[in-house]
Amino acid sequence: MQKYAHFKGLTIPLLLLLPQLMITVVFFYWPASQAVWQSFLLQDAFGISTEFVWFENYRDLFAKPEYYKALINTGIFSFFVALFSLSLALLFAVMADRQIRGAEVYKTLLIWPYAVAPAIAGVLWIFMFDPSLGMLARGLQSLGVNWNPRLNGNDAMTLVILAATWKQISYNFLFFLAGLQSIPKSVIEAAVIDGARPMRRFWTIVFPLLSPTTFFLLVVNLVYVFFDTFGIIDTVSGGGPSGATETLVYKVYSDGKGGTNLGGSAAQSVILLAMVIAMTAFQFRFIERKVTY
Amino acid sequence: MAQVTLNNVKKIYAGGVEAVKGVSFDIPDGGFCVLVGPSGCGKSTLLRMVAGLETISAGEVAIGSRVVNQVEPADRDIAMVFQNYALYPHMSVYDNMAYGLRNRGTPKDEIDKRVQEAARILAIEPFLQRRPRQLSGGQRQRVAMGRAIVRKPQVFLFDEPLSNLDAKLRVQMRVEIKKLQRALGVTAIYVTHDQVEAMTLSDKLVVMNGGQVEQIGVPSEVYRKPASRFVATFIGSPPMNLLPAKVDGHGIIALGDALLQARDLREDLATGTAVEVGLRPEDIEIASEGAAGSLPFDVEFIEELGATQLFHGQLAGKPFVMQAATGDVAAQAGRLWISVDPDKVHVFHAESGVRLGKA
Repeated sequence: MQKYAHFKGLTIPLLLLLPQLMITVVFFYWPASQAVWQSFLLQDAFGISTEFVWFENYRDLFAKPEYYKALINTGIFSFFVALFSLSLALLFAVMADRQIRGAEVYKTLLIWPYAVAPAIAGVLWIFMFDPSLGMLARGLQSLGVNWNPRLNGNDAMTLVILAATWKQISYNFLFFLAGLQSIPKSVIEAAVIDGARPMRRFWTIVFPLLSPTTFFLLVVNLVYVFFDTFGIIDTVSGGGPSGATETLVYKVYSDGKGGTNLGGSAAQSVILLAMVIAMTAFQFRFIERKVTY
Repeated sequence: MAQVTLNNVKKIYAGGVEAVKGVSFDIPDGGFCVLVGPSGCGKSTLLRMVAGLETISAGEVAIGSRVVNQVEPADRDIAMVFQNYALYPHMSVYDNMAYGLRNRGTPKDEIDKRVQEAARILAIEPFLQRRPRQLSGGQRQRVAMGRAIVRKPQVFLFDEPLSNLDAKLRVQMRVEIKKLQRALGVTAIYVTHDQVEAMTLSDKLVVMNGGQVEQIGVPSEVYRKPASRFVATFIGSPPMNLLPAKVDGHGIIALGDALLQARDLREDLATGTAVEVGLRPEDIEIASEGAAGSLPFDVEFIEELGATQLFHGQLAGKPFVMQAATGDVAAQAGRLWISVDPDKVHVFHAESGVRLGKA
């Protein structure tokens, strides 16, 4: 017996899918194929002549140390943003999950940063940490820290990590809270009676039961760090100082727009595309097996 | 093993709602106490207070000679079986049972010994390495029991443990729980809304309603002498028939035109006092037409139960049910004359519903 209603023929299903397909084609497949095509082209600085060069753009890319630097920057950036935003969000969610007064207000306030546009978030953090204007920067300086993200690459990296983490915590928090609330209360009570103290209960019961959520968020966060942090980096540091905060996605922009190397920029975006496809495939493969209970 | 004593235990929620309104009783060492009542009567709350999962607003709970009001659930030396089993889904059956022992720092070989023994008793040895989701409902129930017995607690607490099982399995597990509790000799408190479970399992039955205890006693006594109209209709299936009536002298009840003898009836009641008379469907006998104390019963339809039949109809203008062994009474609609043994006539106060029995 068939469980669902089935359409006969292709016309109705196609019509129903058409709006979605059109959006995907216009805003994804078309630009993506353009990027792939462009990555094989070499254009002079004035856009007068275009030459088909096969993989030369890719070869050039992997020959330059700047590209490896951007790769390492992206690695450091994504590692810390994922680590901080996941662990802090989990901590906040565990706290919010308790039955305490004011929990609703607390939850709502925690969700707000997600509604702030990346560029605005960047500006907020610049103001707070601006070496000459920022309240927090002055605080650091009065403690004897020689803080200057405009000159010091590590300071700049710290700042973009902080801004990107702050922005992502809300999203992770929501998922962790939902994950916590889906753990049956009686399972926790059984653990209480079984003599597990709160910390042990967390690590032996709650954390393992949250692992599907954690894994999902890890992949989503990595994708976020790879792409959506462009606005933050652009406003906070502009990739500087001297490329210290230039990530892969930022380099696509700076090479293409600033450096007018459209072919090289396109080649980089194709590599990024491949990375995201790999991560998503990995997630689909695992989330449906192993990690779910 | 220990006795459990509840002394005027109350649960008052923030906002003033009183879920449990002062309950006192005690369960002897090794006793099996069943708390029964409709949903929302406070029976689960009471059990959770004994477990330590709810704070006790007033009164005292003692396990053995120790008052446990302020003792953590883990230190009360109890084990609980939950309605949805509450197994740890990411652990094997073995680890589910071993978890509580590991938390208490029990040596490894002792844990293994106890888990294997529990698995043998419950016949779940082949599943020890499986995850809960790979088990059937009945097997999960056994694992939940296993988790309780490996700990060798002083008290077992059961919170409607059989209500997620199908009817056949429920009967089977009911018998096993009783056997197991007898064999281990552990004091047990069992919460259910199922009056058959309540009657069959308990040696002490506590019937609750609206946060209060309606009656405490051995099951047969609760059945034979229900202390209130509520208990009378809650215990027994099909439920007791209740008919409005009046006192008509010593031990005599007027039910419409007919007079009914009731042996267990207070003697200081004024003639004309409004009462309700309770007659169990299974206590009704067939009488000859017009005989003293016989009542006219108009049968409307008959339900077939196999060994017995239920006769539904009207008596003195009220719905009435009679149960009879199949074949004893002609199964057809029409008027029957019935009577009831005076020992089996229950009389309750019309307003308060309290039993008007002899002191």
